[in-house]
Amino acid sequence: MPEDKEATFEREFQTIKDSLEDLCRETKSLSVLLIDKAGQLITSAGNVSNIDIPSFATLSAADFAATSNLADLIGEHDFSTLFHQGARKSIYVSLIADKVILAVIFTKETTLGLVRIKVKKTAERLGSMFEKIFKTLESEYSGAVDDEFISEAETELDSLFE
Amino acid sequence: MALINYSSKEINCKIVYYGPGLGGKTTNIKHIYSKVNPNSRGKLMSLDTELDRTLFFDFLPVDLGTVKGFSVHFHLYTVPGQVYYNASRKLILKGVDGLIFVADSQIERFEDNIDSIENLDDNLAEYHKKSEEIPLAIQYNKRDLPNIVSLNELEDALNPRGVFSCEGVATEGIGVFDPLKEVSKKVLRKLR
Repeated sequence: MPEDKEATFEREFQTIKDSLEDLCRETKSLSVLLIDKAGQLITSAGNVSNIDIPSFATLSAADFAATSNLADLIGEHDFSTLFHQGARKSIYVSLIADKVILAVIFTKETTLGLVRIKVKKTAERLGSMFEKIFKTLESEYSGAVDDEFISEAETELDSLFE
Repeated sequence: MALINYSSKEINCKIVYYGPGLGGKTTNIKHIYSKVNPNSRGKLMSLDTELDRTLFFDFLPVDLGTVKGFSVHFHLYTVPGQVYYNASRKLILKGVDGLIFVADSQIERFEDNIDSIENLDDNLAEYHKKSEEIPLAIQYNKRDLPNIVSLNELEDALNPRGVFSCEGVATEGIGVFDPLKEVSKKVLRKLR
């Protein structure tokens, strides 16, 4: 990846991370996770130390995908948000720019209304940036790693899966 | 597409085990879970029915470690094999980077294998992808059973592309790691 593009990418990525930190603080949420539709974590804010992140990201994406299909069955294009209410903790999940899933984990310290409003504002602010970042990711996809990387990774694979 | 996160220096690859119901996809992933160093793998998550049939998917994250500054993760999924779970099967294929087709070698399951590999093509087509574009390996599972189809016949029916294939007895861990290694390497080479 050429350095100037990498710098641009890094800057935009930092803006996203800062926005998530703001969202987490303003809503007094425990944590905010940004996940791609295939179930991989992009980045997070707040305290995620007690969360099994790979499982959380996978289930969030699967949850969203299943719900989208449910929407389709009743003639809706999509359900753009999901809300799971627990006794102590709740999860609010929202789709941003039709590309990424934003999950907010919060307690009774805050309200669903506040989370909903702030998520909507964050989504509006970041929507176009995501479009740009995904385009950069796609265009810079080939040539992301070199032969040396492949050779080292293959050696690691041989020892991991022996 | 494998997700390369330049900011956190992570590469995540999604590998999906596909094949007919009761063919041994979950057994493969359980064997991997039991053999891989616990420091290199996460929790095995199964969304199954009360009868232990996969309802939605099984999921196992495996960490390759850090390679040239990038932390490389493989996310292994199985799909539910039964015909009527196609909606869930399709969802799991979203963003797939590599595929391992677990065929059931038993004579009575021969047609089911063919239906399943055709179903794979149909489902990928919905994501505007072709199976030829995605690294694929085939495991002919249950080779220890007496009533099995010959390897030649299986190859003719299921492997016209001549991708990597091997015999497997997933319950004993035979032929489990070879297709996984093969596909993982091809997925990484595609990043080049």
